[in-house]
Amino acid sequence: MAAIFQGVGAAAALSSLPSNSFDSKNILFSPRRSFSVRKAPSFVVVRSDGTMNLDLNPKGRRAQQFIANAVATKEDSSAASSSSKPGHELLLFEALREGLEEEMERDPRVCVMGEDVGHYGGSYKVTKGLATKFGDLRVLDTPIAENSFTGMGIGAAMTGLRPVVEGMNMGFLLLAFNQISNNCGMLHYTSGGQFTIPIVIRGPGGVGRQLGAEHSQRLESYFQSVPGIQMVACSTPYNAKGLMKAALRSENPVILFEHVLLYNLKERIPDEDYICNLEEAEMVRPGEHVTILTYSRMRYHVMQAAKTLVNKGYDPEVIDIRSLKPFDLYTIGNSVKKTHRVLIVEECMRTGGIGASLTAAITENFHDYLDAPIICLSSQDVPTPYAGRLEEWTVVQPAQIVTAVEQLCQ
Amino acid sequence: MALSHLAASASRSSSLLKPLSSALSLRRSISGDNSPLTVETSVPFTSHQCEAPSRSVETNPKELLTFFRDMALMRRMEIAADSLYKAKLIRGFCHLYDGQEAVAVGMEAAITKKDCIITAYRDHCTFVSRGGTLLEVFAELMGRQAGCSKGKGGSMHFYKKDSNFYGGHGIVGAQVPLGCGLAFAQKYSKDETVTFALYGDGAANQGQLFEALNISALWDLPAILVCENNHYGMGTAEWRAAKSPAYYKRGDYVPGLKVDGMDALAVKQACKFAKEHALKNGPIILEMDTYRYHGHSMSDPGSSYRTRDEISGVRQERDPIERIRKLILSHDLATEKELKDVEKEVRKEVDDAIAQAKESPMPEPSELFTNVYAKGLGVESFGADRKEVRATLP
Repeated sequence: MAAIFQGVGAAAALSSLPSNSFDSKNILFSPRRSFSVRKAPSFVVVRSDGTMNLDLNPKGRRAQQFIANAVATKEDSSAASSSSKPGHELLLFEALREGLEEEMERDPRVCVMGEDVGHYGGSYKVTKGLATKFGDLRVLDTPIAENSFTGMGIGAAMTGLRPVVEGMNMGFLLLAFNQISNNCGMLHYTSGGQFTIPIVIRGPGGVGRQLGAEHSQRLESYFQSVPGIQMVACSTPYNAKGLMKAALRSENPVILFEHVLLYNLKERIPDEDYICNLEEAEMVRPGEHVTILTYSRMRYHVMQAAKTLVNKGYDPEVIDIRSLKPFDLYTIGNSVKKTHRVLIVEECMRTGGIGASLTAAITENFHDYLDAPIICLSSQDVPTPYAGRLEEWTVVQPAQIVTAVEQLCQ
Repeated sequence: MALSHLAASASRSSSLLKPLSSALSLRRSISGDNSPLTVETSVPFTSHQCEAPSRSVETNPKELLTFFRDMALMRRMEIAADSLYKAKLIRGFCHLYDGQEAVAVGMEAAITKKDCIITAYRDHCTFVSRGGTLLEVFAELMGRQAGCSKGKGGSMHFYKKDSNFYGGHGIVGAQVPLGCGLAFAQKYSKDETVTFALYGDGAANQGQLFEALNISALWDLPAILVCENNHYGMGTAEWRAAKSPAYYKRGDYVPGLKVDGMDALAVKQACKFAKEHALKNGPIILEMDTYRYHGHSMSDPGSSYRTRDEISGVRQERDPIERIRKLILSHDLATEKELKDVEKEVRKEVDDAIAQAKESPMPEPSELFTNVYAKGLGVESFGADRKEVRATLP
């Protein structure tokens, strides 16, 4: 049922990059997670337990040009060595598109609105081909008026439609902050439950490649206080598609944070219909010594640091928190109870970021289990500079993660 | 300058109604009958980029008496809310609609409950005209469980989903893009219904209005933007806030119509015209020339930026309830005494509703946390120590 999209240009571009990635199939079975198959038509809920091994280009500046071969397989399939691998390979933006397309086919109430999503195909190609397939009324090109078209999406959602509002860059959604905070987040409450707002607001954010200060914003820290919304951040093609689908099926407003630099990640994902739980964190690499909590692009910096750490004899447990609001304190708590040390690696700025809230949440709830203060590595509290080296210094680099772990584990 | 404008409009409408023709049945019951009646509006419509509808409005005695009753009810309700506020039973912000009742009542007469209405914070009467009960109004104003939003919304957040009343919004102008979104959903579902997005003369200067208008015109949405021009944006007169106070012309390429908002029949005619237009040709702007007797809200006495003479002048010359009363009396549809009885009845209704609302309990503490998220799909929000839960899909 899954259509395989050949993003021709993208695939060609990727294949020309140096590909020194390797497949390491470390599939670990974690006993507390069990695999659930529902007797419902043609879908499966899979808790993602695959690990991901990346071989990143060692020059930090080109951190985004890598090919990730992550194998996220179902637990009951015979493990590593199937010669004809199940599923199909695609890039992250194609995974988002696949998820969106499947939901649009499944539910006629799903529509997309944003700048250049229709005829142009989306500035990151996430909605390419959808306008031809579904028509102009379901994939709508809007003028450059974020405040009003986000408001329109929310108004349409009040009647039962399920719009997807795309911000061409998350930073532009600052113009729609009033609509997102007051109307999207609060209408369900202030109407006493009469209206639900099943809207999905998505777009790329985060620090890219010298995009400049205004196009490198991390809006998750600004939105996290808004009551009534859910926030999730995708990081792999697998969870991108799963989270997109889950967000579209949710009755709550969901903000799906994508990252500009992750759109060309390649992964093999299942053919079957699946969704990812919106409020669940993903165990990327189980370990014993320290819990590293991260999300979105920083996951890859952490995994790169993890390789160095493993060589040095540490055993970090890496969790991709995925759900930025609400936090999956269950998974995180279990991990803290096991390792007693926490490192948070995020791309938000130090002041008022997701890491700051997470530090507070963990300290409040799991204080007794901590052997050391929580270390939170965040971006510097500065507008992102244009110059490449300065930009590198703004975000957390793998070397800093290694140092922090060593410091924690003394 | 505001005073001279109002003097001009007062003299304009001082020539009262001239009934053109009346086909009456004999002495009627107070509920009236459906025999047709044609009445002329107080002033002709002024239009922008379209043909104005005719001044002659079709109506009937029953409708006029309903207008009278409904407007009297709304007036009474707002005055009662004033007293409740001063008795500190209503707190926070309370924006009263008295003086503007004709807009709510006339609009409702022209449309069905399937059409959507969305307005700003001056929403008590619009809520009632959409079918809300007095109990729900007063309970919500006093923050009780019986309120339309369970006491969690307050004066500015009245909603009634089953009759397509979408509120009730505190931020000036933010409801207009929402309204265009409602119109979009109506077009998407091919409902043949329209949305009325109401805003004030203060909100008319918001940028998001023009953004939404542009998109609505581009996509041919059945959106009707209604500017309730009461000439004051809180304390600022319209001539001090808007370079061009001809709000019906502000749409530029979008047609507009200026209506005497104190004349319920003119409002009804304009809304009927607008609905037909919007279903065929896309958005249209209606400017309702109206007036509020109270200040902007209960915290505003309403007399620091306008004179008491102005307020009482409008009340004498243009009051919507008086207009309908004179119409009814001049057409012999009811006696003075019968109309006074209606007012007494309405007063009692309001008092009963207040008494009942006072008995309604405050919300339970657990209500603090309900309705933050919708529980759909069986996916739950996890707390710090919940049991493991699987995602259950539909």
